[in-house]
Amino acid sequence: MNWASLSDFLSMRGYGLYVWGSYGVAAALMLLEPWLALRRRHQALHAAANPNPEN
Amino acid sequence: MGSAFSAVYVRDLRLALRRRVEALLPLVFFVVAISLFPLGVGPEPQTLRQIAAGVVWVSALLASMLSVTSLYAGDHADGSLEQMMLSGQPGLVIASAKAAAHWTVTGAPLVLAAPLIGLLLDMSTAGLLTLVVSLLLGTPILSLLGGMGAALTLGLRSAGVLLILLILPLSIPALIFGAGAVGAVDSGLATSGHFSLLGALLILTALTAPLATSFALRIALE
Amino acid sequence: MNRSVRWFTFAAPSRFYWLVGVLNPWFWTAAVALTIAGMYVGFFVAPTDATQGESYRIIFIHVPAAWMSMIIYLAMAFWAAVGWMFNARMASVLARALAPTGAMFTFLALWTGAFWGKPTWGTWWVWDARLTSELILLFLYLGYIALVASIDDMVRGDKAGALLAIVGAVNVPIIYFSVRWWNTLHQGATISMTAAPKMAHTMLTAMMLMTLAFWAYSFAVVFTRAQAMALERDHDAEWVRQLALGRKDSS
Repeated sequence: MNWASLSDFLSMRGYGLYVWGSYGVAAALMLLEPWLALRRRHQALHAAANPNPEN
Repeated sequence: MGSAFSAVYVRDLRLALRRRVEALLPLVFFVVAISLFPLGVGPEPQTLRQIAAGVVWVSALLASMLSVTSLYAGDHADGSLEQMMLSGQPGLVIASAKAAAHWTVTGAPLVLAAPLIGLLLDMSTAGLLTLVVSLLLGTPILSLLGGMGAALTLGLRSAGVLLILLILPLSIPALIFGAGAVGAVDSGLATSGHFSLLGALLILTALTAPLATSFALRIALE
Repeated sequence: MNRSVRWFTFAAPSRFYWLVGVLNPWFWTAAVALTIAGMYVGFFVAPTDATQGESYRIIFIHVPAAWMSMIIYLAMAFWAAVGWMFNARMASVLARALAPTGAMFTFLALWTGAFWGKPTWGTWWVWDARLTSELILLFLYLGYIALVASIDDMVRGDKAGALLAIVGAVNVPIIYFSVRWWNTLHQGATISMTAAPKMAHTMLTAMMLMTLAFWAYSFAVVFTRAQAMALERDHDAEWVRQLALGRKDSS
């Protein structure tokens, strides 16, 4: 085990900002992107089920 | 094929001559843009000398990109571009002639103006000469790449800005070798490496860009 | 002979859609599982680095993201070329679907590169060869996305995008070489991202696991996006209508 305690782990021994700043943004992007893609697919299906006159 | 080249080339030159003011706008932009840097960075000759090559090169790049949008637009609007492409002459020849004309009207004046600009930025004589040669090799590359960009973005909204976004990354090697040559001279190093690479880049671009441009024209006109 | 006919059948949007529906749950599962494994090895097994302390653990995201950004660009150019050469619409759709994910990974590589550089070299940005090339790659992605977005005609967009992607792919080695040349000219002591810590076996394992995780993730996201694009392009088609009406009952 590398970490003595939870606070040891969270602080990353002083590098917390950098490590969690990186992993946080990665997680945010890699949750946002699939959500956007799924939403786009859902919207496409919805549009096909309810065709608008102007489409 | 040679006569098709000269026909397109001469026609573009003649059209540019009829609109002399418009033809000179890139040159004016070039000078104005460069003049902004001392105003922004400060007039110390030391600083200006250091940034001179980069500033001149980037301004040449931007001036070239700004003027290349209209390379095919006018002919596209009145239908003559389609006629040219249908004429049976290889698209390659038309693209090469267009790029050559662009360089003659826009690129060459930049090369000629460079020594004066260099003096404004307190460049050394050796640096000035190197700059002129690097621009002589580099501006044709910009015209060739710009022609490809103009063909790709033909008739699109915001074609101008889009073209700049597309072509600037591709121009970076020329920028690096061109401005780098001047940097080398100022540090007392040899410029032969930079010039060989720049020359190789010019040859490579001259061999591939017109082909890509003719493909792009066909795609745009379909 | 029989085999190749079976593959080409997935060039049809409806069958591609169906195939993705079957495969994607596996990709998502793999992505999650590999991420958990990679994170475990990266944080609980791999030791602290002697010089860089805990900040080096950023490489478990930075390096896989950079690799994905390059692989995806090549895949994008490849599929765009296939779409152009064989008039295969789904190939062109795949190319368009790859671009946003590639751009995302490029941005992530740059962001994590900055966050790694700050504690290591004191500045948020270092103009080293790798990071500068990644920045230019981001511009190439954005250019492709901008071009295809601004062309209303789908077919022209597909072909113009293909040409741009191919030109870009050919230029990437030239750009990378010129940036490396530029970098050596302007820096005596090379500050470079290649000065990574000497890789302990466990560090490499974590990096590989995360790379595979990102790869699985990319398949899943890109395929989902491609499904959406297929639906949009074929919105009048019978297969789309059936799917949509079937969905209407359940959602």
